[in-house]
Amino acid sequence: MKILVLAKQVPDTDKVKIDPLTGTMIREGLDAVINPLDLHALELALCLKETHRAQITVLSMGPMSTEMVLRDTLALGADRAILLSDSAFAGSDTWATSYTLSEAVKKLNIEYDLVICGEKATDGETGQVGVEFAVLLNLPVITYVSRFVSLQNDSIVVERTVEDAYETWKVRLPALISVLRSVSEPRLPTLSGKKMSLSKKVEIYNARDLGLKNNDLGLTGSPTRVVKVYNTKLSRNCQLYMGKDLNQGIQEVVKILKNYKGSVRR
Amino acid sequence: MIGVVNNQIDKNTLELLGKANQMAVKIQTQVCLFIIGSKELKVDHVKDYADLTVLMLSENFGRFSLYPFLINLEKAILKYRPSILLSPATTFGRTIMPALAARLRTGLTADCTDLDVDDKGNLLQTRPAIGGNVMATIITPNHRPQMATVRPRSFSVQPEKREGRVRIEEITELEDSCELIKIEKREPSAQIDQAQIVVSVGKGLRRKENTQIAEKLAQLVSGAVGATRSVVDAKWFSHDHQVGLSGKTVKPKVYIAAGISGAVQHIAGMQTSEIVIAINKDRYAPIFKVADIGLVADAYSTLEQIVKILEDESDA
Ligand SMILES: Cc1cc2nc3c(=O)[nH]c(=O)nc-3n(C[C@H](O)[C@H](O)[C@H](O)COP(=O)(O)OP(=O)(O)OC[C@H]3O[C@@H](n4cnc5c(N)ncnc54)[C@H](O)[C@@H]3O)c2cc1C
Repeated sequence: MKILVLAKQVPDTDKVKIDPLTGTMIREGLDAVINPLDLHALELALCLKETHRAQITVLSMGPMSTEMVLRDTLALGADRAILLSDSAFAGSDTWATSYTLSEAVKKLNIEYDLVICGEKATDGETGQVGVEFAVLLNLPVITYVSRFVSLQNDSIVVERTVEDAYETWKVRLPALISVLRSVSEPRLPTLSGKKMSLSKKVEIYNARDLGLKNNDLGLTGSPTRVVKVYNTKLSRNCQLYMGKDLNQGIQEVVKILKNYKGSVRR
Repeated sequence: MIGVVNNQIDKNTLELLGKANQMAVKIQTQVCLFIIGSKELKVDHVKDYADLTVLMLSENFGRFSLYPFLINLEKAILKYRPSILLSPATTFGRTIMPALAARLRTGLTADCTDLDVDDKGNLLQTRPAIGGNVMATIITPNHRPQMATVRPRSFSVQPEKREGRVRIEEITELEDSCELIKIEKREPSAQIDQAQIVVSVGKGLRRKENTQIAEKLAQLVSGAVGATRSVVDAKWFSHDHQVGLSGKTVKPKVYIAAGISGAVQHIAGMQTSEIVIAINKDRYAPIFKVADIGLVADAYSTLEQIVKILEDESDA
């Protein structure tokens, strides 16, 4: 059994600070971490390694600093880590990213029975790359997987959570699943794992190694363009009630609530 | 032509048709609704919102499975060639749209909260970026269709009569490597995006037990209870209740924010509510900047007083 995990490096978004004047992200001192949902994807792979002796490859596209993040996945128990890094990849949107990842799988002959990715990344929050990657490789896809049920010879059974139901699907391998947090509880790295990872190498490839043409890559290969970034200033004129006026405010609120209550919207 | 794709005819469909109509008037084009789903679907009450409704119905389309839907939709898209294609950012839209975008080699913007068209026909796709701290507008200048998924409740339903022709497409059936073996209905979880009145609570309620007062108020006014990420993380409420960037967008008539600071990521999910009432003991809390009425007071006891007045009046 061979498992491919797609992972991404993201800024630690909980610590993001925005420059109030320019509206841009202050990158200084910002740690890069593995996208939290990808850790759940990796954990599921690690569990399957324990139960079914799966071999795990982690694949990522990103700046060179991603090497550190990928090293952590080796420390956790991944067998192989591959980083696609090139200035030509910079500015890729979801199409260009999916294209580059899927071409790398073909060109490097990466073998897989199952591809696992997190449902989305905490920075872009698009959740599109997993599906686009799979479709470019003609792989079956199950998104929003909330529980892994079983692995049988040539298929897996998973539970998917959607708005109105829990669906259990049986999927013939090879296939891709994108997972929600509930599929697994990520383990913490151990000291021995960290030591062991020092002797392993993160494989790094650039566009030329993969024989890819610049026209399809990075910003040039991306169909979408960001044309404007701005701060939202949606402000209202707030009528503040405090101290001895508070009661009047409460009466006001009660009046509004009585006016709208019970009118159920369809 | 502006296309709207969905697997059912629901409020999300109507919201997108409303927006598509507005944009179609602006660039003088037509609106086409692509419905792919179960044979049972009835289109009578929506067909007049679009110039053309294209139906792809099959008894095998009761539940969504990617490739059977993808193959048929792709065929229809290539036949009718919309220049813009929209779908709700539901589990359906967020799966079928990237698959279509990959096949059609075009751009897709996820989870937009606003849309417009410029006079060149570019779709202006706006969504929160960098953890919700800023908004970004994205275009797809050279590829067609220009694709976007749109967060439910971003637009209001604005029906507008159009000509309303209906076409039924022949379905290509296909052997599917995914097989549905069990389905268990899920309780329609916290319907916070359906309620007219949403009472949301934040860390300022101090303790989980204290949130019962918000539930009580919600019950009294037939509303629903919302929550911030902080209190969802603290396990006071399930994620279904979360309002904001990584939760739901709500657009009720009345939104009450009790003990909520007003972080940008929270505001992203409630700022289009009609009337916003904030209760916070810090008069400088950012939530007051997006509120119409602000009560500078303890959240718990204020909610308690409101509940008491409403109860007393209904007893009388
Ligand atoms: C990528 C990302 C996505 C996020 N997505 C979301 C999201 O979807 N939804 C969301 O809500 N947040 C989200 N957040 C988190 C957000 O930044 C805030 O941390 C969160 O909204 C704060 O919740 P809060 O207002 O309950 O808590 P706090 O910020 O701790 O605010 C508590 C407030 O209660 C007031 N208070 C204290 N005691 C009392 C009292 N006795 N009576 C009245 N008031 C009192 C305080 O003055 C304060 O204003 C996200 C963050 C990131 C980085």
